[in-house]
Amino acid sequence: MATTFTLNGKSQTVDVSPDMPLLWVLRDTLNMTGTKFGCGMALCGACTVHINGEMTRSCITPISSVAGKKITTIEGLSADGSHPVQQAWIAEDVPQCGYCQSGQIMAAVALLSKKPNPTDADIDDFMSGNICRCGTYQRIRKAIHRAAATPATKAKSA
Amino acid sequence: MTTAPVLNRRDFLKTGAAGGAALVIAFHLPASAHAAAEDQEKKPANPLNAWVRITPDNRVTLILGKSEMGQGAMTALPMILAEELYLDWKQVSVEQAPTDPKIYDHGTGGSGSVAGSWLPLRRAGAAAREMFVTAAAQHWNVSRDTCKAQNGGVLHGARKQFLTYGELVEDAAKLPVPDFNTVPLKNSDDFTIVGHDRKRFEAAAKSTGAAKFGIDSRMPAMEYAVIARCPVFGGKVAKFDASKAKAVPGVRDVISIDAVGEGAFTSGGIVVLANNSWAAIQGRKALEITWDEGPNASESSESLRKHFIENAAKPGKVVRNDGDADAALSSAAKKIEVVYELPFAPHACMEPMNCTVHIRPDGAEAWVPTQAPQWAQAVIAQVSGLPPEKVNVHTTLMGGGFGRRYQADFVMEAAQVAKATGKPVQVLWTREDDMQHDFYRPASYHKMQGAVDAQGKVAAWKHFQSSTSIAAVWDKNGKDKPEASEFATAAFIPYETPNFRVEYALAHSGVPRAWWRSVEHSSSGFVVETFVDELAAAAGADPLKFRLQLIGDARKIPDFTNPKENKPLDTARLKGVLQLAAEKAEWGKPLPNGIARGIAGYFSFESYTAAVAEVSVKNGVVHVHRIVYAVDCGRPVNPAGVVAQVESAAVYALSAMMKDAITIERGRVKQANFNDYDMPRMKEMPKIEVHVVMSKEDPTGIGEPGLPVVAPAVGNAVFAATGKRLRRLPIQAADLA
Repeated sequence: MATTFTLNGKSQTVDVSPDMPLLWVLRDTLNMTGTKFGCGMALCGACTVHINGEMTRSCITPISSVAGKKITTIEGLSADGSHPVQQAWIAEDVPQCGYCQSGQIMAAVALLSKKPNPTDADIDDFMSGNICRCGTYQRIRKAIHRAAATPATKAKSA
Repeated sequence: MTTAPVLNRRDFLKTGAAGGAALVIAFHLPASAHAAAEDQEKKPANPLNAWVRITPDNRVTLILGKSEMGQGAMTALPMILAEELYLDWKQVSVEQAPTDPKIYDHGTGGSGSVAGSWLPLRRAGAAAREMFVTAAAQHWNVSRDTCKAQNGGVLHGARKQFLTYGELVEDAAKLPVPDFNTVPLKNSDDFTIVGHDRKRFEAAAKSTGAAKFGIDSRMPAMEYAVIARCPVFGGKVAKFDASKAKAVPGVRDVISIDAVGEGAFTSGGIVVLANNSWAAIQGRKALEITWDEGPNASESSESLRKHFIENAAKPGKVVRNDGDADAALSSAAKKIEVVYELPFAPHACMEPMNCTVHIRPDGAEAWVPTQAPQWAQAVIAQVSGLPPEKVNVHTTLMGGGFGRRYQADFVMEAAQVAKATGKPVQVLWTREDDMQHDFYRPASYHKMQGAVDAQGKVAAWKHFQSSTSIAAVWDKNGKDKPEASEFATAAFIPYETPNFRVEYALAHSGVPRAWWRSVEHSSSGFVVETFVDELAAAAGADPLKFRLQLIGDARKIPDFTNPKENKPLDTARLKGVLQLAAEKAEWGKPLPNGIARGIAGYFSFESYTAAVAEVSVKNGVVHVHRIVYAVDCGRPVNPAGVVAQVESAAVYALSAMMKDAITIERGRVKQANFNDYDMPRMKEMPKIEVHVVMSKEDPTGIGEPGLPVVAPAVGNAVFAATGKRLRRLPIQAADLA
């Protein structure tokens, strides 16, 4: 069944089973591997994307449910890693193995769009759906504060 | 052709039972990029381009013979080279080494990436630097000692002339290579790169989704596969019906593969191949399989515990016996007898196991997220019948390793599938597969007996351990006599006691075991550092003072578990980290009501770590507020990387302590995903402070040594807060009641 949606600003049509999760459409059908598979049950956040601006776990999101919607993946945040949150991640040297970081970054962007100046408690609450097995949590928190303090983020979320 | 001596670094890395680990280093300065390419064409097996490549464009490329799994080898190793070569960091590149079994064994484990590469990379960098200086002096026709390396080139001070290495590379390549053993190394006081924080090479790629992990490998016409494995370890397929699976849209084929017990252990099973991962997973759900559950179907965590208790009722095999512990115990004024228990623990890498491979009649290509590329290559060769040199293994970035990816099971079964289909295939493990078919940290049981004399000194220390043992998995005949290694530092504790006895009894289990972050140290650290705290309490002593007093005079204690390598425990350095952690945590200073401190110090992978934990217990729940570390891992090459590794080890330890256990029921693992085996979340994280000793000793391990001190430090703090002793992990509410 053909499903059409907007992916990182461009119209995209795929012809796959309607129950196929968006995660696998991105990774296997479209070869966009920046979005990661971690658990398949929305427990770890590795697969986080935005659908119409809302943080969504793509591993449990059937492709049929995204018809006509706007999807942003890690690849769509910026073409060159220049998004303030990505820049903050690089500046704070957040990643270790890095596997969870696409999902962490997408969650952080969603948080900052709702709360441009989050407290530690806001960050802890919002980000606790994303697991990092390397334990980069302290640097993630710092990077979110850093991104919140950059003018580009302030302008974007205003 | 310039040749360099080849330093064989055999025995430099201790990498478990994977076979003789070695690190071979050589380097080559090609006359030009073109000539290098020609070399490669003519002599594809030539080892001389193995490690460092300097090209006329003035790029210096380290060929990375270690896997990057988050531990930072990709950054720390080129730092060492860049230091000796006086490089401008901007000219440095890193390239993953190819898998040539004649040249490399870049097994990545044992916290050895930096420790094992330190001297070889310094010598290689120094040798290259000396050649460039000579080449420049000859070029200018000046005395060699008026020239010096600087900023990726050579400067002639008097004439203020400068040539880049790129400009010199053709001349330098014609010079003899200095003897690696006598080449002058840079004075460490002059270090400008080593010892200074450096950001990861791959941080940007890992922040944009561009970084390619094993699971991201794609080949043209690749099929996606998942495997139904018998949930019971050691079981196999009795019969199956694939008709419904084959009817699932996207499913291409269903095949069967056998268990393998040679080269690596695979369980065999039914393979569903599809045009995407989801279809394969759906197809697997539609399989109808009857399992022959095999000989382990009745094993459970309860039956294993019973086995431990039975073992503990009998004398074990004596591993170490100093003095007469039993006599001292029987005549002691104060004695304690306690039992510590640790369960199986999974690695739970964020990137589940996977392997992408294509076996053709004339060769094979594989993309493998592996800590052991040569082992991966060997098992693909074994399955395919190809010679190893025809198997090209691309080592990818890894979404965590922690020892799990030192195994080759996931590679071998992918090779089995690829061999059967002849097509490129990616075998994906779902989270449930990964959780239920791991090689787990062994479950262990420790009966501890100790006595404190009238002077408050330890009169006896007796440690009986029964565990499921890693070595027994690989060495079923017991030839390796693994008992001492099961104890790790518990067999050569730093605490002075005249009567010290260690006994071991193997517990049999069908559950696969292997190296989990810090290996035996994860249990030994907990046991030793909790027990010494119990003795301190029995003696009525402050836990820090008691430790420092028992450690006693400065001395080097031989590694009882590995007398051949004998990398001894330096008590002065252990005391140093205990005192530093205590000072930074303000040991002894009153804390807010309800919060208490606990301390632990430990030696592993030749490094010294101490931690002070601050905890409170409310309504039967332990809250860890802060962990203050002091670590001495020799000279920290990249201090920021050291801190990251220690923080990471703390979270890994907290996971196994504060969260869930792997339990066995009817021969299988009960837990399946993060709903029943959860990970620490950000809101549960304590503040972690890491104080790194700026030592001038050679670097030692740091990927793992942060782990063993966490559980005892937290447990000892819980005792200080509540009077309740945690003797089982993970924490159980009943033990706090």
